[in-house]
Amino acid sequence: MSALKIKKGSTKHSAYNLRPNFSDVQERHTLALIVDNEPGVLARVIGLFSGRGYNIESLTVAEVDHTGHLSRITVVTTGTPQVIEQIKAQLGRIVPVHEVHDLTVEGPSVERELALIKVAGKGDDRVEALRLADVFRAHVVDSTLESFVFQITGAPDKIDAFAELMRPLGLIEVARTGVAAISRGVH
Amino acid sequence: MVVQALKDQGVDTVFGYPGGAVLPIYDEVFQQNEIRHILVRHEQGAVHAAEGYARSTGKPGVVLVTSGPGATNAVTGLTDALMDSIPIVVLTGQVPTFMIGSDAFQEADTVGITRPCTKMNWLVKDTKDLSSVIHEGFHVATQGRPGPVLIDIPKDVQFASAEYTPPAKADLGHYQPRVKGDMETITELVEAIETAERPVFYTGGGVINSGPAASQLLRELVEATGIPITSTLMGLGAYPASGKHWLGMLGMHGLYEANLAMHGCDLMINVGARFDDRITGRLDAFSPHSRKAHIDIDPSSINKVIRVDMPIIGDVGHVLEDILKVWKSRGRKVNREGLQKWWAQIEDWKAVNCLSFKNDGPGIKPQYALERLEALTKGYDRYICTEVGQHQMWAAQYLGFEDPNRWMTSGGLGTMGYGFPASIGVQIAHPKSLVINVAGEASWLMNMQEMGTAVQYMAPVKQFILNNERLGMVRQWQELLHGERYSHSWSEALPDFVKLAEAFGAKGFQVSDPDKLDDAIMEMIEYDGPVIFDCLVEKHENCFPMIPSGEPHNKMLLGEASTKDAIGAKGAVMV
Repeated sequence: MSALKIKKGSTKHSAYNLRPNFSDVQERHTLALIVDNEPGVLARVIGLFSGRGYNIESLTVAEVDHTGHLSRITVVTTGTPQVIEQIKAQLGRIVPVHEVHDLTVEGPSVERELALIKVAGKGDDRVEALRLADVFRAHVVDSTLESFVFQITGAPDKIDAFAELMRPLGLIEVARTGVAAISRGVH
Repeated sequence: MVVQALKDQGVDTVFGYPGGAVLPIYDEVFQQNEIRHILVRHEQGAVHAAEGYARSTGKPGVVLVTSGPGATNAVTGLTDALMDSIPIVVLTGQVPTFMIGSDAFQEADTVGITRPCTKMNWLVKDTKDLSSVIHEGFHVATQGRPGPVLIDIPKDVQFASAEYTPPAKADLGHYQPRVKGDMETITELVEAIETAERPVFYTGGGVINSGPAASQLLRELVEATGIPITSTLMGLGAYPASGKHWLGMLGMHGLYEANLAMHGCDLMINVGARFDDRITGRLDAFSPHSRKAHIDIDPSSINKVIRVDMPIIGDVGHVLEDILKVWKSRGRKVNREGLQKWWAQIEDWKAVNCLSFKNDGPGIKPQYALERLEALTKGYDRYICTEVGQHQMWAAQYLGFEDPNRWMTSGGLGTMGYGFPASIGVQIAHPKSLVINVAGEASWLMNMQEMGTAVQYMAPVKQFILNNERLGMVRQWQELLHGERYSHSWSEALPDFVKLAEAFGAKGFQVSDPDKLDDAIMEMIEYDGPVIFDCLVEKHENCFPMIPSGEPHNKMLLGEASTKDAIGAKGAVMV
């Protein structure tokens, strides 16, 4: 107790950690950003996520408009609805960011990812891996007598499932591109 | 080319410090007379001076420093300007492009280091882009929510020549923030104004940043509706302290009536403020019974900490104009009966007289010193800067601001060492005005090297130091929250400020007797030159009112004077 007798409990925490009672349901959102294709823009976007304590689950970036010098960044992030709103608003105020789209709420969208999966094995395991690859429409892009490299595209959970099935069959290595996403329909 | 671009942007003053990587630009500066260069003594001082210049003129402040340490020393100032939305353009030298990445002498990844503390920054790798980028820099710094930008210019890019791009032909990018608010929400807000029983305006730095017209519109709206108004630290002066609807500052050290009005209102109209944690206190108990409107040019401010019912994204000036237009066209209605009761309640709160203090003891109370400073300088063409701490809060409480752009303080970042260089920047912009930096001795020492700048340019800044030989605010928190364990919160080995002033060729005063205070202040004002005014004050005075961390607005602590009886009985926790 201090000289001024401030109530106990009011003193042990700082004002910083008192958050209001917003929803604490974690949501997963896929955001698409159109940005100037300039050095440092990606760093600004990533810096925003790390600096403000937001999550990045997946991130892809590539130039999509050569003449306009525009790149598209696809970010998959998780957070409470309030945090997601903040992320979008904060991204929107970055000067070289032109557009921010929340594909998760803006209507139906398509999400695809590409993965390269290396599996090594002999005998029945090798045959089974090849058979499952066929079921998942994965292609063999490299093979030796003891290994395959499969190329698989699809929604992230399909790739998760395929990689999981390959595990007992001799999974060696996985390389994934991260999600690219686009809205369905004309717009 | 750099100097030409600055001239075309209307720049008349640059604050800077030369070094190897900016010598070509300094050579240009040397060969002209239109732009005045102010040589500071440390790059942090340059940025704060530019902030003071910007905040007191409404124009962007410009800084020119060298690579490496020049740039890293500017980081505190950049962060300060970002937090307080001050338009600043910082030009940094960089090692030549072919040496970038080689750990060259005085090389630092300036754009990397400053990315999180600028609104935008650029590394210019080709001279043909240089003038265009500078113009874009001014555009970005001043449009939308203002902020600092940095342009990093390698030395070979400075030496090379290319065709100059005038501002009209520069590519300003796509950055064009929207300034007009949504009319539907504005109409909704006007309806709420018409019916609210207990409305309050909560205004912030956004009103000042929007320009003098916004302050005028705010005054018109407040006078016409009769709604009480309070302001954040950053917004002081937008509405005059002498205005009859003024409640005083709100927040952690805000006035009793202002905070209780915020707590008890049924309509809160946030104009260009951002629900900072020093304002809101405990969030789940923040103004529990009000509908809230929030006018802000930055969409990310909306719903960041407080969920609002009427978000209006736009420039304060434009939105206030539309509100007035709609309100007038609908017949200038307000809830007279409700407002009358509301004001009666507010008068009761005002009667508590929360700023009263016991002026006992032989020494000078800091509050008394500021009361006298206010009384003796009120009529002057006056600008006030502050450092950070107790003195800053007392200055906000006891000094009255009648106009915008007259109050320069580090609000968001709370940068000790801000006020002195800022006061130099203000004085350079307003050479005939009375510029006072209300300081604590500890903050002031953080950038005391700028005495050299003040004396060199004959900037007659008055350094009004409330010297309690303590880090007063730290000490206060240690007293209240850390069991009176005063860990490293005193100022040992202080200089003799009078001798210090004299050593720099300035004037020093020391006062410890309340009876001699007035004469000394008058002498300070009348002295034509920089002054260090060492005002020895009561060492253990606490700053009240205060909302302790983690408490809502209605749980304020009032000063010893008015809670004398409560202490010892039920504690000083006022409800």
